[in-house]
Amino acid sequence: MVAKQTKRIVIEPVTRVEGHGKVSILLDEENRVTQARLHIVEFRGFERFIQGRPYWEVPVLVQRLCGICPVSHHLCAAKAMDQIVGAERLTPTAEKVRRLMHYGQILQSHALHFFHLAAPDLLFGFDSDVSTRNVFGVAARYPDLARQGILLRRFGQEVIRATAGKRIHGIGAVPGGVNQNLSPAHRDALRGEMDRILEWARAAVRLAAEYTTTHLDSLASFGSFESNHLSLVQASGAMELYDGLLRAVNARGEVIFDQVPARSYTDHIAEEVRPWSYMKFPFIKPLGPEEGWYRVGPLARINTCDSIDTPEAEAARQQFMKLTDGKPNNNTMAYHWARMIELLHAAEKINQLLHDPDLQGTELMVRGARREEAVAILEAPRGTLFHHYRVDQYDQVTMANLIVSTTSNNEPMNRAVQQVAATYLSGRPEITEGLLNHVEVAIRAYDPCLSCATHALGQMPLVVELFDCQGQLVDRKQRGG
Amino acid sequence: MNNTINLVVDGRPIQGRPGQSILEAAQAAGIWIPRLCYSKGLVPHGSCRLCTVYVNGRPQSACTQPVAEGMFVEANSQRLLELRRDLVEMLLIDGNHFCMFCEKSGSCELQALAYRFGITAPRYPYLWPQRELDASHPDIFIDRNRCILCARCVRASRDVDGKHVFGFYGRGPGKRVAVNAHVRLADTDAAVTDKALEVCPVGALVPKHQGFTVPIGQRPFDQRPIGSDTQPEKAPKTR
Ligand code: FES
Repeated sequence: MVAKQTKRIVIEPVTRVEGHGKVSILLDEENRVTQARLHIVEFRGFERFIQGRPYWEVPVLVQRLCGICPVSHHLCAAKAMDQIVGAERLTPTAEKVRRLMHYGQILQSHALHFFHLAAPDLLFGFDSDVSTRNVFGVAARYPDLARQGILLRRFGQEVIRATAGKRIHGIGAVPGGVNQNLSPAHRDALRGEMDRILEWARAAVRLAAEYTTTHLDSLASFGSFESNHLSLVQASGAMELYDGLLRAVNARGEVIFDQVPARSYTDHIAEEVRPWSYMKFPFIKPLGPEEGWYRVGPLARINTCDSIDTPEAEAARQQFMKLTDGKPNNNTMAYHWARMIELLHAAEKINQLLHDPDLQGTELMVRGARREEAVAILEAPRGTLFHHYRVDQYDQVTMANLIVSTTSNNEPMNRAVQQVAATYLSGRPEITEGLLNHVEVAIRAYDPCLSCATHALGQMPLVVELFDCQGQLVDRKQRGG
Repeated sequence: MNNTINLVVDGRPIQGRPGQSILEAAQAAGIWIPRLCYSKGLVPHGSCRLCTVYVNGRPQSACTQPVAEGMFVEANSQRLLELRRDLVEMLLIDGNHFCMFCEKSGSCELQALAYRFGITAPRYPYLWPQRELDASHPDIFIDRNRCILCARCVRASRDVDGKHVFGFYGRGPGKRVAVNAHVRLADTDAAVTDKALEVCPVGALVPKHQGFTVPIGQRPFDQRPIGSDTQPEKAPKTR
C-alpha cells in the first residue's frame, strides 16, 4: 500500500507560551488534518552532563534546566537526594520550609500564566487584534487586574526568596533538609500581605469560573477530548502537590492505578520515542502507547483528587466538579479555572504555614544509611515532574532520567492542536489568522515550557510555514519579531 | 639596628620589617593588594601574578618581593586594575567555571575578585578544557575543572600537613594538579581536616557532602567584597 501523501503546515514559534516551539500540521490530499505535531526543544544534553557530578550539587545544578520553574527542579532533585543520603523523614521544619517554597512557586507561576499569558485571550477573545491581545492590552483596559497579577506573582517570588535566599535560582533545599528556616522577619512581612493575596486569589477563581461557565458552549468543542489524567494524591485521595502517591484515572474517572509510590513509577509509566521529536512520549504501561497517554497539570490534578485540604479551594473544586457531575472535566480550556483553584489553594497553604511555629524550628537536616538509587515525584506548576537518579559509592551521579510535565502533556497538546486545526482549516492549505490564533490559545492552555528558556512577556515572533505533500514550502506568514 | 624599612605605597609612606613582602607590609598598613596564589602562612609562590605592582616603575610580584628602603610602589592604579582584570578573565576561560552551580560560590576567591574588579563576563573565548574529577576519597572531592594551579594545596600539604599529597604534572595548558604520584586521592593519606583543603581558593578541592549548606546571604563574600577587611572597596570602573 502506498502511504497517503500529506502536506505539512508549520507554525513557529508559538507566541506567549514560555520559550518557543514549532507546530506542524499534516494534511492529506483533500486538505484534511491528519495529525498535528508540536515540536519541543528540550534539554537533551542534561542527562549526560550531570554524569559524574557529586550528588549534593544536583538540586542546584538542575535549576539551570529551566528558567521558568527552577524551584520545582530544585525541590524534586532535593527529594531524590534525601533518599540518597538516607533521610527517610525530614524534620518538620525542613519539610514545611520546602513546602512553603513550593507553594510560593505554584502561586507565582500560576499568577504569571493566568494574568499575563492567558488573560488576553480570555478577556479580549481568541480572535481579537493581536496587537492589543497581550499583557499590555490587559494593563490598559483592566489596570486593577493587571496590577493584582503582578503583585500576586511578586508575593510568590518573595516567598521563594524568604526560603531560598533569592527570587530566582536560590538555594534552600539540600540533601536531607534545608539550609535555613523561615526568619520571623520574613514571616511577618509575608503575613502582612496575606489578606489581599487571598482576596485576589478568590477573585481570580471567580473570574476563571465565570469565564468558563459563560462560554461553555464554545469551549466544549474547543480542543477538548477524552483522556486519562495523572497526578500525585495524598493517601486520603486529597490533592497533593509536594510529596504523595501517584494516581491515574481515565476520562470517565475510573481509577487506572492508585497509591503508587515514586520508586515504583517504572512499573506503571513507560516512555516511547518517536522519530520526529527529541521528546519522549510517556504513557501508562498497561494501556500501551496508543491508549495510555495522559494529561498532567492543574486540570489533571483536580480531576484525579477526591478533595482539597484547604476549605476555600475545596469549595471551588466542588463547584468545578458540578459542571461535569463529578466526573473528570476533559475540556482543555478548563485548565484555566483549575489553575486558579490551585492558586487559591497555594495561597491558603502559605497562610497556614506562615502561622506554623515549626517554620522557625532549628533542626534542619537529617542523614541516614546511604542509598544508590532514588526516584522523586513532585507536582510542578505545569504538572507531574519525575526525577530518577543513581549515585555510586563515590557519590557521583551515574544515571539521571527526568520526565517533565510538558513531556507528559506533549500528546494532549498535539491532540488539542489537531482538533482546533481541523475546525479552523477552511479546506484550503492556507494558514489563516483564525487558525493561528486558535492553535496558540489551545497550546497556551497547557502552559507548556517549550524550550525551558526564560520567558519573554512581549510578543514573540511567529512564523508560519506551509508545505505541500512533497514537503515544498508553498506559503509562509510571519507575525511580530 | 634599625628594624624599620620606609617605603611609599600609592603615595602613602608606610613602614615594613626586614624580610617582609610588599604585600604583607601593605596589608599591615591597610592597603590591600589583590592576590590568589598567596595564602597567609604558606611559602609565597609568585605564580599567579595577580599581586603585580610597580616597584620604582618595574613590575614585581608583591607577594615575593621583600620591602626595601625608599621603594616607590604603585599598588592599586587603573593600569594595574586592567592587568589584574585580564589575569582573572584568563583564569576564568582557562578552566570550566560554572559559578551558578558551584558550591564554592559566595566563598570563592576567584569569583570574588571578578566581582571586585567589575567583571561580568570574560572578553576571551572559553577554552572548555577536558579536566578530570577524582571522587575516590570518601570525604574529599577534586574537581579539576575549577583548579587555577595556584599550588596552595601543594605547599600546604607539603609544609603544613607534612604529607606531600599534591603536586603538578604536565606543562603549559596541559598542566594539572596531581595526587602524589598515585592515580587516586583515596590511595593517599589525605584527610578532610588537612590544611590543603582549607586553603583552596576555588572549588577544586572540597569536602564531600557539605556543599550549599550555608544559605545565600551568609557566605563570606555575600556581605563584603574580597579585600574589604583590609581596605574598603572603591567602586570599580567597569569597561
Ligand atoms: S599572589 Fe603574588 S603571584 Fe600570586
